[in-house]
Amino acid sequence: MNFELSDEARMLQDGLRRFLRETYDAKTRNAAAEAPQGFPRAVWDGLAEMGVIGALFTEDQGGFGGTGFDIALVFEELGRAGAVDPMLDTGVLCGGLLAELGDTEAVEGVIAGGTQLALAHGEPGARYDSSTAETAAARDGDAWRLTGRKAVVVNAAAAEAFLVTARTDAGLGLFRVEAAALDFRPYPLNGGGTAAELALDAAPATLLAEEAGAILARAEARATLAICAEALGLMEAIRGLTADYLKTRKQFGQPIGKFQVLQHRMADMLIEIEQARSAVINLAGNLDGPDRDLHVAATKNLIGEVARLVVEESIQMHGGIGMTMEYDLGHLAKRLTMVDHRFGDALHHLERFIALRAA
Amino acid sequence: MNLDYTDAQKTFRDEVRAFLDAKLPERLTDAGRKGRALTKDDHEEWHAILNEKGWLAGSWPEEFGGAGWDAVQRHIFEDETTARGAPRIVPFGVAMLGPVLMKFGSKAQQDHYLPRILDGTDWWCQGYSEPGAGSDLASLRTEAVRDGDHYIVNGQKTWTTLGQYANWIFCLVRTSKEGKPQKGISFLLIDMNSPGVEVRPIVLLDGTAEVNEVWFSDVRVPVENLVGEENKGWTYAKYLLTHERTNIAGVGFANAGLANLKRIARAERAGGRPLIENPHFAARVARVEIDLMAMATTNLRVVSAAAAGNAPGAESSMLKIKGTVIRQEINHLTRSAIGPYAMPFQSEAVEGDNAGAIGPDYGARASGQYFNNRKLSIYGGSNEVQRTIIAKSMLEL
Ligand SMILES: Cc1cc2nc3c(=O)[nH]c(=O)nc-3n(C[C@H](O)[C@H](O)[C@H](O)COP(=O)(O)OP(=O)(O)OC[C@H]3O[C@@H](n4cnc5c(N)ncnc54)[C@H](O)[C@@H]3O)c2cc1C
Repeated sequence: MNFELSDEARMLQDGLRRFLRETYDAKTRNAAAEAPQGFPRAVWDGLAEMGVIGALFTEDQGGFGGTGFDIALVFEELGRAGAVDPMLDTGVLCGGLLAELGDTEAVEGVIAGGTQLALAHGEPGARYDSSTAETAAARDGDAWRLTGRKAVVVNAAAAEAFLVTARTDAGLGLFRVEAAALDFRPYPLNGGGTAAELALDAAPATLLAEEAGAILARAEARATLAICAEALGLMEAIRGLTADYLKTRKQFGQPIGKFQVLQHRMADMLIEIEQARSAVINLAGNLDGPDRDLHVAATKNLIGEVARLVVEESIQMHGGIGMTMEYDLGHLAKRLTMVDHRFGDALHHLERFIALRAA
Repeated sequence: MNLDYTDAQKTFRDEVRAFLDAKLPERLTDAGRKGRALTKDDHEEWHAILNEKGWLAGSWPEEFGGAGWDAVQRHIFEDETTARGAPRIVPFGVAMLGPVLMKFGSKAQQDHYLPRILDGTDWWCQGYSEPGAGSDLASLRTEAVRDGDHYIVNGQKTWTTLGQYANWIFCLVRTSKEGKPQKGISFLLIDMNSPGVEVRPIVLLDGTAEVNEVWFSDVRVPVENLVGEENKGWTYAKYLLTHERTNIAGVGFANAGLANLKRIARAERAGGRPLIENPHFAARVARVEIDLMAMATTNLRVVSAAAAGNAPGAESSMLKIKGTVIRQEINHLTRSAIGPYAMPFQSEAVEGDNAGAIGPDYGARASGQYFNNRKLSIYGGSNEVQRTIIAKSMLEL
C-alpha cells in the first residue's frame, strides 16, 4: 500500500498550488464575477499553459494522466484556491465525453485551452435523475433537430458549443449544438461561474453518439470525483482560514481559540475532513473498477454531509465576519455548499448507496 | 393543566385574525412567501396599518400609545401574524429603544421620541457592536467626550441592521476608562443626519446589504441625548436585551417556514414522485416538525410564566438556541428541496416581483435565505454565549 504521491504528481501539485495562490484572490474572483464569461480568462490560459488540462486525459487521448488520482489532485488544488474556472465542465465532462468518442482533434483543442464547452443534460424537474431526458431528437436530412428544455447548464456564458443529450430511437443520444444557434441568457451562480436555461426549438444539431448512456455515466462518475476533490480542497482552505481566525480574533481578552468549546468543534471538523479525504481516495482508486457506482454514491453522500458541517461551523465560529462577501470565507463557503446541488445531493446518493448495496 | 387558551384569549385571537383578514396586504405576505426582500416602504406601510389600530407597540402601556398586552396576548399576536407571513415589526424603535426610554428616559425624551416611533417619523437602528467588540460587548471603544453642552463622538459601529434606512441610532459609547469596562459605558441617542456620521453598506452572503458600518468622526451630540445617567449605559443595555429576547423562539417564523417547505416538497418531484413522499426526506421534515411542536410548548410555558409576572431569565437563552437551530434546519431542507435550482444566484430577481426567477419562483430565495439565516445563531448574543448563560445561571456551573 502506498498513499504517497509520485514525484511527477507532487511537482504538478506544487506548481499548481503556487500558481493558483499567486493568481487567485478575492479581487480576481470579484472581477471574474463581473466578466461576461464568469471566470478569469488569464488563469484559464495559465492552467492550459502549465498542462493542467492535459492531466485529466490519458496519453492515448493526448494527455499525460487521466487516472482518478490525477483528477483528484488537480481538483483539490482548484478547490483550495476557490477557483471558479470551468475545468469541470469543459475539461472533465465535455472533454471526457469527446475523448470517449475518439474525437482527438476536439480533445486537443480542450487541452490547449482554446475551447470552452458545456454539457446540457439536466432538465427542469428532473432533479438529480440523470436517466431522464425528454428532449427529443429528430432527423432532418443529414442533420438533426432538437426540441426540449435544459436546466442550469453550467459554463453557458463562455461555451462556444453545448454537448446536448436528447432521445433518439436508439436511446439517449449525444449531440453538439453551436451556442450561436441558440438564444439564451446566462445568469451567475452561487459560488461563482455562470449557467443558463436552454430552450431548444428544433435547434440544429450534429450527432455525436446515438446511444451515449454508458459514456455519460462514466463522465458523470469522473465529474463527481472531480467535484468531491474540489470540495475537499475547499474544506481544507476553510479549515485553515477558521483555525487562523480562532488564533487571531480576540474577545474577553484572549484569542477565541482558547475557548474549549470552539477547540473541540474545530477538532471534530478536522476529523470529518479526514473522512472526506479518505472518501475521495476511495473513489479515485475505484473510478475504473467494478464498484465504481457504489463509491460514487458513498463519496458524494459523505462529502455532502461534511460540507454542510464545515460551512455551518466555520461561519458560526467566525461570527459576523463569516456572513460577509468581502472576506474570503464567504466565497469558499458558498461554493462548497453548492457542491451538494450538482450530480446528486447527499440524500440522492444515500438512496443510491442503499439500492446498490441491496442489489 | 390545560393546553388551551382561555375564552378571553380565544376572543382576542379571533380579533387578531379578523384584523389580519381585513388589513394585511397580500402584496406584503406574498413578498414574505416568495422571500422577496422587503423595502423600507413595505415596512413603513405595515407599521402604519398597525399603528392606526393601536397595535404597533403591543407591549407598551396604553399611556404611551401602546396596546398594553400581556405576554400571552403578545404571543398570540406574533403567532398569528408570522403564520400569515406578515412582515415582522422592525424591532429597533418599538421593541428595543421604546422600553428603555419608558423605564430610564427623561419625561422630555419620552414625550419627544415615543410618538415619533409610533407614527414612523423616526427609524431607529442599534449601535452596539464594533469591529473589536462582538460577544465581548463591554470592550467597546467608540468614545464620547464631554465638551460643554455636547458630547464629541468618535469611533466605529458595525453590523448595524437596516442602518441605511435609519435617521436615528441608539449607541453604547465609552464615557470613562476607569474601573471595569462595563462601568464606563453610556447610552446615547445620535441623529444620523449630524455632520460626521457616515454609513457604509456590508454585502452579505445572499448579496443583500441589510447591515452597515457606521462611522463617527467628531460628531457633536447634545447632552440632552444621554439616556439616564452617564456611565450607567450597561444597565440599560442589559434591560434592553431582555426586551430584544421577546419572541426569541421565532415559533411563528418556523411554522411559516415549515409550511413553505412542505409546499415546495409537494411541488418538487424526486424519482417520479412528490419529494414529500420520499421517505428519507420526509423523515427529516418530520424530525424538525416534532422538535418544533415541542418547542412551541416550551415557548408557551415561558410566555405563561412571564404573563404571571415571572420575567424570563435563561429560559430565553434556551429558546434562542432551539429556535434558531430549528429555523436553520428548515432553511437547509428548503434549499435541499429546490435541487439544482438552488445554484442560480438570484439576488436581483428577488428584489422585484420574482418575475425573472430562474426555475420555480418559490425557490428563488431558498439559497439566499439559507445563507442569510446563518445570522440567527450569531447575532443577539451567539448560541455559544447563550449556552454559557444557561450553564452559569440554570446549572450554576
Ligand atoms: C446579520 C447581523 C445583524 C446584526 N445586527 C446588529 C445590529 O443591528 N446592531 C448591533 O449592534 N449588532 C448587530 N449584530 C452584531 C452581533 O450582535 C454580533 O455579530 C455578535 O454579537 C457576535 O459578535 P462577533 O460577530 O464579533 O463574533 P465574535 O464575538 O468574534 O465571536 C466569534 C465566535 O466566537 C464565539 N465566542 C465568542 N466568545 C465566546 C466565549 N466566551 N465562549 C465560547 N465561544 C465564544 C462566538 O460564539 C462565535 O462563534 C449583527 C450581526 C449580524 C451577523
